Parts: sequence; structure tokens; C-alpha cells
Amino acid sequence: MDFKDTPEEAAFREEVRAWLAANGQRRTRADEMFGEGLDEAAKLARAKAWQAKKAAAGYAAITWPREAGGLGGTAMQQVIYQQEEAAYLVPQMIFEVSIGMGLPTVLRWAAPELKARFLRPGLAGEEIWCQLFSEPGAGSDTGAVRTRAVRDGDAWVVNGQKVWTSSAHFGDYGILLARTDWDKPKQEGLTMFIVDLKAPGVEIRPIHQMSGDSEFNEVFFTDVRIPDQYRLGPEGGGWKVMLSTLMQERLSVGGNLPTDLHEHLIELARTCTWDERPAIEDARVRARIADAYLDQQGVALIISRGLTALSKGKTPGPEMSITKLVAAKAMQDISSFAMELAGTEGLLGADALGGDWPYLQRLWLGSPGARIAGGTDEVLRNVIAERVLGLPGEVRTDRNVPFRDLDRA
Amino acid sequence: MNFDFSDDQRLLQDAVRSMLAENSTSQAVREVLEGRATYCAKVWRNLNEMGAATAALPEAYGGAGLGYLELCLVAEEAGRHLAAVPLSSSIYLAAEAVLRAGSEAQKQRWLPGIAQGEVIATAALGGSERYRAPQPLAFDGQRLDGTSPVLLDGAIAQLAILQVGTELILVDLNGPGVKRIALPTVDPTRPLAQIAFTATPAERLATADGAAVARRVLDGAAVLLAFEQVGGAARSLELARDYSLERKAFGRQIGSFQALKHKMADIYTRIELARAHAYYGAWALASDAPELPRAAAAARVAATRAFLFAAEEGIELHGGIGFTWEMDCHLYYRRARHLAQVIGSEHAWRARLADELIKEAA
Repeated sequence: MDFKDTPEEAAFREEVRAWLAANGQRRTRADEMFGEGLDEAAKLARAKAWQAKKAAAGYAAITWPREAGGLGGTAMQQVIYQQEEAAYLVPQMIFEVSIGMGLPTVLRWAAPELKARFLRPGLAGEEIWCQLFSEPGAGSDTGAVRTRAVRDGDAWVVNGQKVWTSSAHFGDYGILLARTDWDKPKQEGLTMFIVDLKAPGVEIRPIHQMSGDSEFNEVFFTDVRIPDQYRLGPEGGGWKVMLSTLMQERLSVGGNLPTDLHEHLIELARTCTWDERPAIEDARVRARIADAYLDQQGVALIISRGLTALSKGKTPGPEMSITKLVAAKAMQDISSFAMELAGTEGLLGADALGGDWPYLQRLWLGSPGARIAGGTDEVLRNVIAERVLGLPGEVRTDRNVPFRDLDRA
Repeated sequence: MNFDFSDDQRLLQDAVRSMLAENSTSQAVREVLEGRATYCAKVWRNLNEMGAATAALPEAYGGAGLGYLELCLVAEEAGRHLAAVPLSSSIYLAAEAVLRAGSEAQKQRWLPGIAQGEVIATAALGGSERYRAPQPLAFDGQRLDGTSPVLLDGAIAQLAILQVGTELILVDLNGPGVKRIALPTVDPTRPLAQIAFTATPAERLATADGAAVARRVLDGAAVLLAFEQVGGAARSLELARDYSLERKAFGRQIGSFQALKHKMADIYTRIELARAHAYYGAWALASDAPELPRAAAAARVAATRAFLFAAEEGIELHGGIGFTWEMDCHLYYRRARHLAQVIGSEHAWRARLADELIKEAA
């Protein structure tokens, strides 16, 4: 038992370090963001330039075969690259959907000429991909999508609305889950398509989030034509295609909980006073610092177990399923307690307080979204109960019923 | 990254699990619970003969000389099977104290007997919470006087290591002036006793800094007990899960109700967090890492919470049948409580964890 690289991993890490040092720009502060001070267009241009360099070196899709533009590497090498890249100023949340969902789905399901058309520009960041699954009436229940695709000769005509689409305002293509048969049970009447987001009839509107940011969009489709050639998988096979897209995430072991939040609490507690004494001396405060560490270090250690499995060429175990559940709530609890440390003054806006506060308040306002995105806490508990513990699925009233009848009910 | 146990270590774990499944049965544990035995002698003999209990003791002193990672997995199985044996008292506490603080002669005198299971030993090394007024122990360099109020396995032990001030004192409990009183306990499968000493011959362990050794031994014990807790918690969850698949109410398996599913998912979550911290503690213990105090405290707190939660909710998930003497749920409930307090409570360890974190962030 140790936390060391194997000799092969260490060699790969050295390669990655050398490449990053030659090509990237290191962060100067922990919370420095890529493209600070640039407008959207300039930031996007710089992001695309970085992605092109990365793709040329094979690092855009490390686990893909070389002939598809990857490096033919292991999942562990992918993780090592991410670990090393984290010290650098690189774009966040611009190419994740392209690389993690859109392009793997194209790689798996599209005809050879479409792969030739889409994979290289996608990996190089010239084209950005979105994922169009969720709808206002189909969140956790993704099988309930109502966006309609109707066959018209060699094409399909699409009408409907998608929601929570990240990157759509600067995206080029999307993978779209649409209903092609209303007489089949819900999951059997779905088909997956590639859709051109610049096509006539596609309208993209940003969502104004509770945090004040706009990272997601609504996407409306009005008589949008998609050539049948852009269908991914068989007609009616959309659910299976979607599961294959989501399976990509099973191998991902990246946690999104910072591992130094207890240090932020300690620093704040040294500044704040409780009952006219440094808050850091108060047993209540010290107990919560310990709790913060228990959650964040627990998640980090579970991820280390996942990495161990990857390093041995195995699939990470079921314990990985709890990381998002724990991390998102911990983010909410820890950032809330940070605010409580300052009492009434903790109610002031981050701009008035300075210091760590912009970061801590961003965590606080972002954590409700983190608890929903990628599966709500409740859906995740069902997943753990059913897939890990082997408990029965929910009693369903929507099985074996034509979607048309469900939709009326 | 190699944050897991090796295949060889898992083989030992499997062997211990098979042995305990056969011998540390509900019936065997109940022999102790209901006072017909003071401990499971057969289980204890097997654990010693297999080299499982003594996995971390050097071969020079009659141990198996494997290591602490192996002992951690033995502990997990002991917890899972509610082994009613003096593993924590004899091995995690007393043998460790003698090994770390004893002179060569003291080690040669006592460790081989402990390793063979012939000498049951115990230790009292601290714990900051008190209810009854203490009758402090006094040691004049040759004789021990006073009372040790709650000594684990004190009624069956032959050797005790006691912290007196900052010194560690070794006392042969078969010597003169020893009066033992076996005390009733909330988990009768892990007994406690009061022992009064009157001019009892005793000796110092050789070390100069007994308090530091005591601290180190307690950190190691915290990690090993965390494995027992994780093992017990995992078994509690399995029992509840199995029952919820069998039992029907309102025309359905009760395990299909989301209220129960989510509760079991939460138990699983706490167990896996505790397991991760326990593994980290195992790594720190086995590699004698400077992170041990932090890792041990975190493992202790996480595993204590996980086992208490799993045992408490395990009864709840069973409903009425879980409240009966015949079901094993209460054995886990009792053991979870015992393990939660036997080397100081969760609160003391959480404070220690905070101390370590704040020290590191200085």
C-alpha cells in the first residue's frame, strides 16, 4: 500500500510535465481562472488555441486509439494528465462535453465518413459539442423527453425544447435525444441524432442561474431539419445510445471537491472572534473544522481507491458512486459554516469582504446546483441502493405503456 | 497509486473470515453474552495458531511477523463476526505497549506468551472522560497501589500495562495484592473489570517517555478498532439489506420503499467514507508515517459514527423483530457502543483531529 506512481506512470508524468512546461502557463494563485480580464470572444479564441495544441500532442483524448486522434493510452494516464494540468491556466467547462460525451458517441455510433468529418475538428477544439438530453418535463426522468423528430424523406424534422445545455451559446454541434415513436413505451421510442446548432430553427437562450451566472442554456427547435445520415444508432435505439454516452462517466474518477477547504476555515477562524476570543480556540469551531476534513479527505481517499483500480487496469468499485453525493453536500455545509464564522458580517457581499470570500460565496451559491447536476442526491441514493446494495427498483407505472398514453395522463 | 491491500493480504483475510464464520457464530458469541463463557476460547486459540492475532508482532517474539496491514484485515473480520476475544486488549494495546516501551528482557519475558495466546494481557492508557472519582494509582518504584476502574478483559488478564502519571507500569495480575471485580457491561461480549492493587509488585516499562508511547499505542489501536467498526458496520448493513428483501408489507418487499432504500444508501455512504479513512490509517500505521495522529483520529471518528449509525438504523430497518433478544441486531448495537467508547469517545478524538489539522495549518 502506497500512494506512489508505478515506474511507467512516473515516466508518463514526466513526459506530461515537460510538455506542459513547454506549452502551458502555470497558475500564479490557486483560484486564478483561465482568461481573466478577457471578453467572451477573446477567451474562447484562446481556449481553442490551447485545445488545438493539446490535440496535436495527443492529450485531447488520451485513451482513444491513435488512428482516431488519441494516444492509445490508459485511463490512469488520462488521470495523470489531468492532475498535472490542474496546476496550469487551462480552459474549464468549454470542451468537457465535446471530449466526454459528444465525440465518444460519434466515435461509437456514427458512420465512417461522419467520424472522418467530426472527430478531428472536435478534438482540436475547432468545433464545440453540446449534450441535448434534459427537457423541462424530463430531468431525472430522462426517458420522458417530448422533443419530436418526424421522418420527412431523407431527413427528420425536429420540434421541441431542451434545457440545461452547457456551452450551447458558443457550441457548434450537439447530440440530441428525440422522440420518434409515440406508440412505444417511453424508452423505446427515442432516437439519437447529431444536430447542427447553427441550423435554421435553432434558438438558444441563456438561463439566468440563482448564482447570477449563466453557464447553461435553453435550446428551442422549430422545424429543424436533420439529415438521416446524422442519426446515431438505430431508430428507436436512442436510450441505448444515451446509456453508452453516460457510461463514459463511469470511468471518470475526478472529484470536484477541493481538498483544502478546512484550511480556509482555519484561516477564517483565526481572524474571526467568538465571544471576544479567537474563534479558532472555540471547541464548536474546532469540531466543524474536523468534520470538514472528514468529508473532503474521505472523498479524496475514495478517489485514490478508484485510481488504484485504474492503475491496475480494473474498473473502479461501487464506492465511487458516493463521491458526488458526499462532495456536493460537503461543499454546501463547509461554505455555510465559513459564513457563520463571521456572524452578521458574514451576510455581507463578497466584494465588501475581500479575502477568501468571493471563492467561499461562489461555493455556497453553486452548491445547490452541484447537488442536482449529474443526478440529484435522491437519484444517487436510488442508484446506490439499487446498483450497489441490490435493492428493488421503484414501483413504476410507466413501463409497457405507449408514451402517447402516458403523456395524456 | 496503490491504495489497497495486496492479494496475499486478502488471502489471509479470507482465511480469517472462513475460520470466524465457522467458529464465531451467533451461538458462540451468545455463550459469552449470556455469561456461560468469559470469552470465545476456541476463536482465540485459532486466531493465535493461524498467526492472525499476532500478524504484526515480530517473529523474534513469537509473532507471525507479517505487519500492520495484515492485522488491520484481521481486525475487520473480528468486527464483522463480533469475535468475543481479547484481541484489542492483548494485542492492540498491551503487546504494542510492551513492544514499544519494554526493555529487551521485558519483551522476551512477556511477548512470546501473548503471541501463543497463553497470556492474556490488557492496558489502560488514558481516556479523558470520567464519571466516578478516580482512586489514583501510585507506584513507588516497586509496588503499585490504587484502583484501575475499568480495565478491558481485566477479569481474565494475567498482565496489565497501566499509565501512572507519565510512566507505563507493567504488573503481573497473578501477583499478590490484586483484587479483581468483574463488572457488568452494556456489551457483555467485551467485559470490563475493576482491579484494586495493594502493594502489588510491579515494574516500569523501560521507555523514558511513557506518555508518548501511550499516545502512539492509542493511535495504532484507533486504526485497528476502526477496522473492527467498519467490519461490524458492513455486516449490520448486510443483515438489514437481506431482511428488507425477505420481509413484505403493503404487498411489497420493504426494501423497495424509498425511505428504507435511502437510509441504507446513507449507511453505505458512511461506511465507505469510514473505510477510506481506515485504509489511510492503515497506511500511516504500517509505514510509521508522521500523518499517523491525524489519520488515526479521522479513522476513529469516521468509523465510530459509521458503526453506531449502521447498528442503530439496522434495528430500525428490521422493525419489531429487530428489538428481540433472538435477533443479532442488538449484538451489533452493543458492540458499536463498546467500540465507540473503549479508548475515549468520538468527541475527544474529533478534538484531537482538529488539533492536528490546526497544527499542520500553522
